[in-house]
Amino acid sequence: MTAALPLGPTPAVSTARVPLLRRLVRNPTGVVALVWLVLIVLAAVLAPLLAPHDPATASARDVLAPPGGAYPLGADSSGRDILSRLLFASRVSLTGAATTVVVAAALGISAGLIAGYHGRRFESVASWVASLIMSLNAVVVLLAVRSVLGPSMVGAMAVFGVLIAPAFYRVVAAAVSGVRHELYVDAARVAGLSDSRIIARHVLTVVRAPAIILAAGIAGIAIAISAGLDFLGLGDPGRPSWGGMLNAAFGVIYRAPLQLLWPSAAIGLTCIALVLLGNALRDELERSAGPAPRRRRGRTAAAVTVATEPVVVHEEPVGARGGDLLRIQSLSVGYDQPDGSVTTVVRDVSFTVRRGEVHGLIGESGSGKTQTAWSILRLLPPGGRIVGGTIEFEDADLASASNRQMTALRGAKIAYVPQEPMSNLDPAFTIGHQLTEPLRLTLGIGAAEARERALALLTRVGIPDPPRTYAAYPHQISGGMAQRVLIAGAVSCNPDLLIADEPTTALDVTVQAEVLDLLRDLRAEFDMGVLLVTHDLGVVADLCDRVSVMRAGRIVETGPTRSLFADPRHEYTRALFDAVLEDGPARGPLIDTDPTTTADTATATQGARP
Amino acid sequence: MTERLLDIDDLVVEYPGRRRGAPVRVLHGVSLDVRRGETVGLVGESGSGKTTLGRAVLGLAPVAGGSIRYGGRDIAHLSRTERRSLATEIQVVFQDPYSSLNPAMTIEQVLTEPLTARRAGGAALSRADAGRRVRDLLDQVHLPAGAGDRLPREFSGGQRQRIAIARALALEPRLIVCDEPVSALDLSTQARVLALFREIQERTGVAYLFVSHDLAVVRHLSHRVAVLYRGEIVEWGDGDQVTSRPEHPYTQRLLLAAPVPEPVAQEQRRADRHRLLETQRQQDEQAGVLA
Repeated sequence: MTAALPLGPTPAVSTARVPLLRRLVRNPTGVVALVWLVLIVLAAVLAPLLAPHDPATASARDVLAPPGGAYPLGADSSGRDILSRLLFASRVSLTGAATTVVVAAALGISAGLIAGYHGRRFESVASWVASLIMSLNAVVVLLAVRSVLGPSMVGAMAVFGVLIAPAFYRVVAAAVSGVRHELYVDAARVAGLSDSRIIARHVLTVVRAPAIILAAGIAGIAIAISAGLDFLGLGDPGRPSWGGMLNAAFGVIYRAPLQLLWPSAAIGLTCIALVLLGNALRDELERSAGPAPRRRRGRTAAAVTVATEPVVVHEEPVGARGGDLLRIQSLSVGYDQPDGSVTTVVRDVSFTVRRGEVHGLIGESGSGKTQTAWSILRLLPPGGRIVGGTIEFEDADLASASNRQMTALRGAKIAYVPQEPMSNLDPAFTIGHQLTEPLRLTLGIGAAEARERALALLTRVGIPDPPRTYAAYPHQISGGMAQRVLIAGAVSCNPDLLIADEPTTALDVTVQAEVLDLLRDLRAEFDMGVLLVTHDLGVVADLCDRVSVMRAGRIVETGPTRSLFADPRHEYTRALFDAVLEDGPARGPLIDTDPTTTADTATATQGARP
Repeated sequence: MTERLLDIDDLVVEYPGRRRGAPVRVLHGVSLDVRRGETVGLVGESGSGKTTLGRAVLGLAPVAGGSIRYGGRDIAHLSRTERRSLATEIQVVFQDPYSSLNPAMTIEQVLTEPLTARRAGGAALSRADAGRRVRDLLDQVHLPAGAGDRLPREFSGGQRQRIAIARALALEPRLIVCDEPVSALDLSTQARVLALFREIQERTGVAYLFVSHDLAVVRHLSHRVAVLYRGEIVEWGDGDQVTSRPEHPYTQRLLLAAPVPEPVAQEQRRADRHRLLETQRQQDEQAGVLA
């Protein structure tokens, strides 16, 4: 039944399974940053072993000794070895940064988890506190802390951790509240998982990546801040620190300018390494966890190689009315791939739409029906283009028309009704504004006249209280009303061709029936040609004069609706009709179908008989 | 007569209003029952409360009144801990095959999750046990055994829905709430998934509370059908009768609004629908005059 599983190896999958650290090592930026940070950590840990001198021992003879000899990087103004001091100073910076990150993460992540998962009152209080903390000036607070606590680097950095915790809080709370409404979390609840296990399994995995990236960034900031405090002389003067060394070097900038280099390099390179590490992490995570292509447009089309199979054509009854309005010949649509190849999603498609006729384009997802519609409007997503064929509309070839010509045609001659009415109305403007704006632009009429026309159109599409809808914002009307508004907008400039892409898919059936009635009436009234893209055979039966069945980017069967429905000849069309449930037999009432009870009684009877 | 598995009586569900506003009542006293091994279809349009009813049974919607009895025990107001013990009885298959599976978990992890949850202390299954169980579940929904170590995004919508069904079957429940499980699928895929639902029911005797907006789907699968309209059940009874000879005006409108995939029959149905709407309008007017 489902033997044709696309279980071939895909490159995206292999990246997803490789542990993050290993992928990071393969990333050039990531590996450089990681090596530097590992070196710094090793330097801090092994400082007593590595340092050639005691960092605090001053030697009056060696004041400002140049690099070389006993002092690889020279000696400072007190005659202390700079290399040894740098090594020991990295301890201060790293413990400071670690303190900040741990405090910020502990506060921010736990508060974010609670706020995101349970919401309600905790979230409002926590968000308020987070905003308050964020509005404080960190340096001023740290100065105040120092005057209370004295020169304690760990204390100051812990306070800085509190100050920067809202960054974690916001990221985590947003990620968690996004996940909380995912159906898989509901499914886990129904499966009987406790809250703590749901958080561990489903929520933490989502939070982990952004939290790690944030931690890298915050560690960088913390190192800069701690260096800044030391530079200002607010740190513990008894211990060597990068900031303190920078300050000392500043004092002798004219006598030994080179001394500025070492602490600056340590601070700068470590901060840069942390930022780059964060970037590399983000790149690697995005590469693996990027949204899966929901409709693998190209691949499905390319995978099925329907050789040069002829299109099944049903004969037209003699004397078919109307001239051709739109004539599409051998149309192919392709998407440029990163490797330079082109994936074809529509191949060699030919059909016509006549004036006053509804032509249905039916197919399942990935069949290329929507791509065909978009290519007529020349509204293909980035990367997509017409790679062959012609689209004749009013003596012009739309396939090769300039963008300017297309802009003039769209709205005026060719109108479009989309699938999702709500996402095609701008929530920031009233319905009236969105209806009159194109009218004024296309027809060049005044505001009062445009308003009058818009109200007439709203009445025409069956909106009960036009002035009210005119003044309403999109969120104040229902989906069915929104689709009527979009249809009103589409026919507002008397188009010759209307392209409707699944215009009723998002609507309830009762509303769908009304919208189909409306489209039928408007088609007659405006004598438009309509290209109706749909997956619903019922909609085709209701509205279409002719129909083309698409599969895997090709038309497999085409003809007048009645004769095609009465006698589907292509294997695929027949399969579609076989899957239809309408007017099939009902299940019927429940006759003791419970196999467990039947089995039980059966064995019981058997057991009872000797 | 088979015993009642689920008994919903006068159920009221209210969601808290925004900014201390009055609560929003989504279900106004709904009564319904499901027998063992039976499919009860729940039809309605958006906003009718059909999804909410399913979620109330699952303990995911706030019950403000009435009762939901499962096997004689009221489950409308259970604590989280008590609710968890019901996991082996009531399971769910959601509509959206994309967001109902955690994209970061392999199919094996998805399928073993309910199993580990049931074990005391949440101890993980042994590798061999888990593998065997996963293969068995995948086999039940006709997916190849090798699918276990793949990620959800490697599967099509129909295959994902099969995985979601396998997850629901993992605890061998007696009732599965199916919330529009085939609405997001293509026509041919939909037919195959429905056949799978039926096959599983015939084999295991599980009962379904099957929520859908599609009268044809519900008719195909349900022994009995309830029609929800604005939070109330307007018609409830034998599946064939409700879906082919409905008595309530709303169900009649619903039935005639669904287009038949046959141009001649559809033209007839369209005419019938217009006639029905006209009759109902006149009746409403008369009722208005009388009142």
